[in-house]
Amino acid sequence: MPDINYLNELVIQVRRDILRQVHKVNSGHPGGSLGCTEFFVALFQVLMDRNEGFDMDGKGEDVFFLSNGHISPVYYSVLARSGYFPVDELNTFRLINSRLQGHPTTHEGLPGVRIASGSLGQGLSVSVGAAQTKKLNNDPHLVYTLCGDGELQEGQNWEAIMYAAGNKVDNLIVTVDYNGQQIDGSTDTVLPLGNLKGKFEAFGWDVLEIPNGNDIEAIIKTMQEAKSRTGKGKPVVVLMHTVMGNGVDFMMHTHAWHGKAPNDEQLEIGLAQNPETLGDY
Amino acid sequence: MKKYTDTGKKDTRSGFGAGLTELGKTHPDVVALCADLTGSLKMDEFKANHPERFFQVGIAEANMMGIAAGMTIGGKIPFTGTFANFSTGRVYDQIRQSIAYSHKNVKICASHAGVTLGEDGATHQILEDIGLMKMLPGMTVINTCDFNQTKAATLAIADHHGPVYLRFGRPKVANFTPEDQQFEIGKAVHLQEGSDVTLVATGHLVWEALLAAESLNEQGISAEVINIHTIKPLDNKAILDSVKKTGCVVTAEEHNYLGGLGESVARVLSQNYPSPQEFVATNDTFGESGTPAQLMEKYGLNADAIVKAAHKVIARK
Repeated sequence: MPDINYLNELVIQVRRDILRQVHKVNSGHPGGSLGCTEFFVALFQVLMDRNEGFDMDGKGEDVFFLSNGHISPVYYSVLARSGYFPVDELNTFRLINSRLQGHPTTHEGLPGVRIASGSLGQGLSVSVGAAQTKKLNNDPHLVYTLCGDGELQEGQNWEAIMYAAGNKVDNLIVTVDYNGQQIDGSTDTVLPLGNLKGKFEAFGWDVLEIPNGNDIEAIIKTMQEAKSRTGKGKPVVVLMHTVMGNGVDFMMHTHAWHGKAPNDEQLEIGLAQNPETLGDY
Repeated sequence: MKKYTDTGKKDTRSGFGAGLTELGKTHPDVVALCADLTGSLKMDEFKANHPERFFQVGIAEANMMGIAAGMTIGGKIPFTGTFANFSTGRVYDQIRQSIAYSHKNVKICASHAGVTLGEDGATHQILEDIGLMKMLPGMTVINTCDFNQTKAATLAIADHHGPVYLRFGRPKVANFTPEDQQFEIGKAVHLQEGSDVTLVATGHLVWEALLAAESLNEQGISAEVINIHTIKPLDNKAILDSVKKTGCVVTAEEHNYLGGLGESVARVLSQNYPSPQEFVATNDTFGESGTPAQLMEKYGLNADAIVKAAHKVIARK
């Protein structure tokens, strides 16, 4: 495992990447991206057992699916900084002829991406399918998925949640980005999620929580615990309480920056709060 | 005229089931998923032979499409089975994003298409599915005409890499395709040579087109009959070669005339060889309850309707 100082430096660098990507094209989704930065760094640098290079079939390695595809800036930054494609390519985010589409896709052949996402609610089903193929292939590796909390308003998720428990898909760890925010406001005001832990438990899942989902050490510890709970007949979900916009003070604790880019001045403030560590692209 | 013999009426869905059973033995990577319609889709034998490769997803078609997309990652070839209505309209966005845009090797196998589903009525009789599926970039769209062709198509799509929509139906219809005829995706089957009119048909309307050609022949009209089992990619050459000879065409399908085979043929002709065309198809309407034969008669989807359309189109030459 890389040392914690390096991970913290990478987190700050990824935040810079997120801000700079969305600023350049004046579009994209910084809020949720910043909220999940620590998770992505932990997942790709510590938690997942990954092969060198990229193979769509992902045999003999852990695979990851991003269901809430709009947080592509953090996904692209961490993929690039984990060696899937050149970091400089982050310069092409959302530009014409880029592999870094607004929402992630396999269509342009970007290494690291195994499914298109953006239309919400579909990633969990895809992950369940990939997990079942791993079982058919006698591949002991795991499938990881990240879903948004607001995304759980999509009914397809609950079909997948029911199916995964009923079919003992226990090589799957789903993490929910539980930031309580969505485009139109807080999840409580738009459509309350209610007792999410109780809902997953009632559906037959093993549920863990990360009270501070922006503490990378806490993420690693709980996700390691989640790994130890796989293979026991139940799918595992981790409710990760995050702060939308984490690391940029004026973006925190609000849905306002869900899908809005900072202007020049705001970018400078955000970058000043996250001084360059590993080098900008 | 060539003589075609009905070797005994069979349902096309049973052709799918027979094909899937065979694939179970020959293709270890083929997996099957079903949304609570195993018997209707004739998937029981595959399920019995390969319980570990059969996935009952319950009444949750959106989840089924997502799971199928995910299963391709790691090399499986998923065949999903449910009614055409629930295979397309109900799950369009799942197919669009997780399967078509993601270019996943999923075979969407859809039974009970069209009005011949019968008594269950319009809620279950989709007449828009060909249009929905052919508009998806990269999607192959196939509508087979009888038991043997459906079985052959089921085998063929397993060896084709990419998403496929395979459409078939419930009623027992004439089985006339030779059992050993290879199924070539995108290659039309010439059934009759003719010089006065081209009849281009798909699915259950192919047999009706053959019957229509016999009637027309008795009236001194020479009809060419082409079986278009693959609506996308369309065999443009077969259509153009025939229409250049006959000068007019009737298209016939158990589908809305908007978005179906007829429109695809019209596009090919308008771009290459503008010619009179008549459409045997449903006229922008929903279906209703009734027996398949009653519905085909009421909605103008049989040999009589094709004969009338042929007279009309020849008069327009």
